[in-house]
Amino acid sequence: MTKYIPTAGQTVGPFYNYALMRDGENDLTGGGKASGETVVIEGRVTEGSGAPVRDVLLEIWQANSHGRYNHPADDSDRGLDENFRGFGRTLSDEDGCFRFVTIKPGAVPAEGAGGSSVGESAAGGRTGGGNVWQAPHIAISIFASGLTRRLVTRLYFPGEDANATDPALSGIPEGDRERLIAKPGDGGGEKSIRFDIVLQGEGETPFFEE
Amino acid sequence: MTDDIEYRDYAKGAQPPYLTPNYKSTKVRSPNKPQYKLPRTLTEATGPVFTQDDVPADEWDLSTSATGETALGQLMFMDGVITDEDGRPMANTLIEIWQANAAGRYAHAVDTRDAPLDPNFTGAGRIVTGEDGHYRFKTIRPGAYPVPNYENYWRPPHIHISLFGRSFMSRMITQCYFPGDPLNDECHILQGIPEAVARDRLVMKFDPSVGVNGHALGYRLDLVLRGRRATPMVG
Ligand SMILES: [Fe+3]
Repeated sequence: MTKYIPTAGQTVGPFYNYALMRDGENDLTGGGKASGETVVIEGRVTEGSGAPVRDVLLEIWQANSHGRYNHPADDSDRGLDENFRGFGRTLSDEDGCFRFVTIKPGAVPAEGAGGSSVGESAAGGRTGGGNVWQAPHIAISIFASGLTRRLVTRLYFPGEDANATDPALSGIPEGDRERLIAKPGDGGGEKSIRFDIVLQGEGETPFFEE
Repeated sequence: MTDDIEYRDYAKGAQPPYLTPNYKSTKVRSPNKPQYKLPRTLTEATGPVFTQDDVPADEWDLSTSATGETALGQLMFMDGVITDEDGRPMANTLIEIWQANAAGRYAHAVDTRDAPLDPNFTGAGRIVTGEDGHYRFKTIRPGAYPVPNYENYWRPPHIHISLFGRSFMSRMITQCYFPGDPLNDECHILQGIPEAVARDRLVMKFDPSVGVNGHALGYRLDLVLRGRRATPMVG
C-alpha cells in the first residue's frame, strides 16, 4: 500500500569503532554536571557459548532525574536539565565488559502523553489523574557483529516498588522479569549497579520487539 | 502526542531475521526466545536530538584528508533523501557512515589483513539533515574484502550507515551496496533479508545527475525510517 517501507537493518559489523565512538560518551552526567543521583552501570555481554562478546555497541536513552525526556515530544512540566541529554554510547572491551556513568532517571508516564507533573510523593507505579507511571528505567539498544539488526531491552533499578506494576515488566513472565532488574554492584562510593546481557541461551536476557 | 507513538510494526520479510544460518556468528548471537511486546510509551517516542551544530561541516567529505590530500580510489557522491513511512522528510537526523578504503581495508586496529592503508582516508563521515531530509557525502568507492572464517568469501563493496531519526523507535543501522556487483548475490548479510524488494532497497542506484561531470560518479540511495506523525485513518 504505502511505498515508504522502512529500510532493512544490517549488522553493525566489527569495524565501526572509529566512526561511532567519541570520548566521554559513556558518561551522561557530563563529568558530574547533571543533577540527580549518580549511578555507575557495569556489565558484561556474553553469547550462546558463554564466551564474552567484544565490540558490542551499547546505547542508552533515558529521562533525567525529574522524569523528563530531553525531546520535543515530552512537553510535560517536569523539569528539564540543560546538562543532561539522556543519551550515551559505549562498546564492550575484550572481556565483553562495558560501563556507563549516568544519573538515576525519575518516573515517567506509561502513556505516550506527557502526563501531569509528578507530585510531591513521586513514587512510580501509582495511578493518578488517569496516568499510570513507569518504574525508573533505561532503554538500551544493542548492535554487534553477528546481530543482523538491533536488539532492544530495558534496565530497571533494584529495590523499586514500582517495578511490580511497571507495564513493560508486567508483560514478561515471572522468572525472566528479574533479568531486567539490575543487581547491586560492587563499586564503592558512588551508587553502583550491575547489568549483564546474555544474547542467547541459559539466562538469556529478555528482549523486546523493536 | 499520541500520534508520536503510533508506530507500525516492522514488516517481517523486509527485515533480516536474527538467526541467519549462512551468517555464521548469528548462530551463537541470535536470541533463542521470541521478543516480548513493548508497550509504546514516551520512552520510545523520544530519543536524542541532534542539530547541524553537532557535526563539523567538513565531515560530509570523506575523500579529502585533514591536510587537504585526496584519498586513492574512484571518487563518488552518495546522495539521497531520508523520509518517514509517510514520505515526510526527516529533518535533524544524524547520519554516520563508515567504510573500507579502495583496497578493501578499514582504518581499524582489528583489520590487520595485508591490503594497504591509505594515509589520506579514514573512511568515517557524519552529517545532520536539514529540513528537506536530504543528505550528501563525497567519498571513494570501497573495495571488497575477504572474511577470514569462510572459504573464499568476500564482502561486496558496501558502506555502513547509522541513522537516528526522531525517536528511539526509528534508531537503526544498515549497509548499502553497489548496483551490478556479482558479490551482492553471494553476500550472507544482504541475502539474509527475505524479500528481494527489501534487498534491492539497499542497493544504490547509479545516477549521473548526483555526480560531478569529469570528476566523480554519483549514486543515489533514499532511506525510510520508521515512524509517522499522521493521524491514523479511521474508517
Ligand atoms: Fe564492512
